[in-house]
Amino acid sequence: MPEDTESRRRWMGILARASHGAIQARLGAAPALPPHTRLRGPETGLVMVRGRAGGDGAAFNLSEMTVTRCAVTLHGGNVGHAYVAGRDRQQAELAAALDGALQDATLRPALMATVIEPLAAAEAEAVAREARKAAATRVQFFTMANMR
Amino acid sequence: MMRPGFTAPVENAQACFRAVLDAISRPGRVQILTLGLTPPAPLDIATAAVLLTLVDAETPLSHDAGAEADSWLRFHCGSPMAAVGEAAFVLATGKPPALAGLPAGSEEEPERGATLVLQVASLEAGTGWRLTGPGIEHEHRLNARGMPAGFISEWAAQRGRFPCGVDIILCAGDRVAALPRGTRIEEG
Repeated sequence: MPEDTESRRRWMGILARASHGAIQARLGAAPALPPHTRLRGPETGLVMVRGRAGGDGAAFNLSEMTVTRCAVTLHGGNVGHAYVAGRDRQQAELAAALDGALQDATLRPALMATVIEPLAAAEAEAVAREARKAAATRVQFFTMANMR
Repeated sequence: MMRPGFTAPVENAQACFRAVLDAISRPGRVQILTLGLTPPAPLDIATAAVLLTLVDAETPLSHDAGAEADSWLRFHCGSPMAAVGEAAFVLATGKPPALAGLPAGSEEEPERGATLVLQVASLEAGTGWRLTGPGIEHEHRLNARGMPAGFISEWAAQRGRFPCGVDIILCAGDRVAALPRGTRIEEG
């Protein structure tokens, strides 16, 4: 996979998992986003999540989930896309506009530093906090092994 | 640059669907669409609106409209692209393919016949062809400029295959008219 596809996948994921409020708060320190026109949405619908037991095996339908998607075009010609879980239309539009702006090599460094990296750090912190809370109540089943 | 589709997707698609329904129920009557749509060249407003309304992921599309329109149609309609002989909808902005080469359905499933969306130079009711048949009390007159030579005889030939055949939606600017397969056309 080309490197820019990989890094775009990363920022789209971070924007999809962040809330609208969190993105908006980081945008205060960022350069102004270029104006955009909506191509599609934001619109909410259902997607079927499919899975495979054990990662192989036949695909089965796991369940449907609510997804909001948006596509915008920036006046430079870049098209930004966002697919976010839930029904927050503002988040989807903002994430799409940011995706479009991040494809512009002149805007990318500043936006990465002021928006994406802080959001990634906050997300990692939240994951670590949950892991610590879970670890505190962890039960170790070693009794049987030690009794022999 | 990618252009937007309908500004109000639900309302615009409903209005356009109604116009197409009226056009097909009254063959040769010209319907006028009032939509704010900026489709890519060479698509006219009516052509683009009809495609946005009728074509989706379950209807293979074949078209001759070029690269910009191709990416626009793929994005907004989400339809798979197919060869002319396998498409459910065929868009012709230039010279249309021969009617006999389009899917005509079968005796059991005549609804599988293709719909040809044909962009013409202009559509005017009241003069030109004399249309008779279902949905027309006495006769309707339709003047479609830019139709290919020999169209009338091609159309007469496909009437022999009824109920199989191809339906045509004519588009020009913001105007839509239809020629369902049951309609008889005579030179005026």
